[in-house]
Amino acid sequence: MTSPDLKDAIPVSLRVNGKKYDLRIDPRTTLLDCLREHLHLTGSKKGCDHGQCGACTVHINGRRVNSCLCFAAMHQGEEITTIEGIGQPENLHPMQAAFVASDAYQCGYCTSGQIMSAVALLQEPCGRDDADVKEFMSGNICRCGAYPNIVAAIQSVRQNVKPQKPA
Amino acid sequence: MKTFQLTRAADNAQAIASAAKATTAQQGAEVRFIGGGTTLIDLMKLNVERPQTLIDINRLPLDKIEALPDGGLTIGAVVRNSDLAYHPLVRKNYTVLSEAILSGATVQLRNMATTAGNLLQRTRCMYFRETSMPCNKREPGSGCAAITGVNRSLAILGTSEHCIATNPSDMNVALAALEATIHVRGTKGERSIPIADFHVLPGNTPQRETVLEPGDLITHVTLPPSAPGSRSLYLKLRDRASYEFALASAAVVVTVANGTITRARIALGGVGTKPWRSTEAEGELTNQPATQAVFQKAADAALRGAKPQSQNGFKVELAKRCLVHALKLATQAA
Repeated sequence: MTSPDLKDAIPVSLRVNGKKYDLRIDPRTTLLDCLREHLHLTGSKKGCDHGQCGACTVHINGRRVNSCLCFAAMHQGEEITTIEGIGQPENLHPMQAAFVASDAYQCGYCTSGQIMSAVALLQEPCGRDDADVKEFMSGNICRCGAYPNIVAAIQSVRQNVKPQKPA
Repeated sequence: MKTFQLTRAADNAQAIASAAKATTAQQGAEVRFIGGGTTLIDLMKLNVERPQTLIDINRLPLDKIEALPDGGLTIGAVVRNSDLAYHPLVRKNYTVLSEAILSGATVQLRNMATTAGNLLQRTRCMYFRETSMPCNKREPGSGCAAITGVNRSLAILGTSEHCIATNPSDMNVALAALEATIHVRGTKGERSIPIADFHVLPGNTPQRETVLEPGDLITHVTLPPSAPGSRSLYLKLRDRASYEFALASAAVVVTVANGTITRARIALGGVGTKPWRSTEAEGELTNQPATQAVFQKAADAALRGAKPQSQNGFKVELAKRCLVHALKLATQAA
């Protein structure tokens, strides 16, 4: 888990999906690159690398963020959760199962980001309607255009989750 | 991306002392504070921002939203946009601020972006973001490619022959209408800056966007108590329904008594080189009946000084209609 001799590398301790990692990384390393290239957690995807597409969405302390716009070294001591941390093929998170059931993807590249946003949305003050879900999901782009099925998948899970009233 | 040294400030004083070593507090500074990073990291990837030192201020005790004894509100510099927008006191007393923040960006970005960062958000002018193009804001003296180029989304108010870049923030527009005060600590102590004086017009120095000096740390923002009986809202017009910058927006705070507007605070977004407070519009509204004709006079006054570019002439009428409609909504019987 240690990078090759980088003269500017700094020690960084991260907690990802409940596991602690001690690394030496270049300070420029984004959380996304750190997850993918150093921890080999490749479920989080790099789309635009500028916070515009949402493919890199992960949770930090339970809140969704664009991991491409975070420097990994700034998130020591925080609880980072990736798609690998919310479910496994033999034990899917209800949102993952709903995406499968609703056929909420085509190529699948944006899907982990969509699901990380959708899981976070369950705890956010999002209204009941499809239009509310669309607004809350506007930070996750799907080039295949699976949007109607993504909304359907999220709404199917929400029917089993008490919607939160706006604060 | 150029490499940099990442440090974490132990306290405000250390952050200020470190940042004071920079020659400027503006874009291009060698030392930058980093909060949410949503603007800064994006621009570092584009080599538009090339700091040698980043000072992480996220763990400074600047993360509180608290009611003030006078009925106002204090908002810490690193309060996240999401937390601000959904705070019960903001929703209750400063609707315009909540609506403005929630109309911008995405949930992910609002979870990261901070109050102070949003105040310092950089323009989305594509020539500023593209280092192969001339841009007086990024490279003083290199020229403005936008004036003769693609300028549909750019400013029509407060421009100069050197820069027509729009201030992209929604939050700032609401803060302008709410007459917020920006509190800063620097090497010479503390000072308070009315938001109207915080951002500066581009003039001959578009690289300078605020009155901040090297070492200045925004600590918090205060809002005066909401005006009794006032209603406020934010109306944003854009090319798509979500996750898009304003072509024109209006933040209005109005008080109506017996059909007469007794107090109005108006700011426009998407059209100005800074958050555009319009005292001209306020003057046309105050002590006048809340009618379409009066709203139209106010809108005409707000846009009187507009200087459209080759592709954004439509913004003059769009901004007027935006303000008229916002006033109509804000003055309708509840």
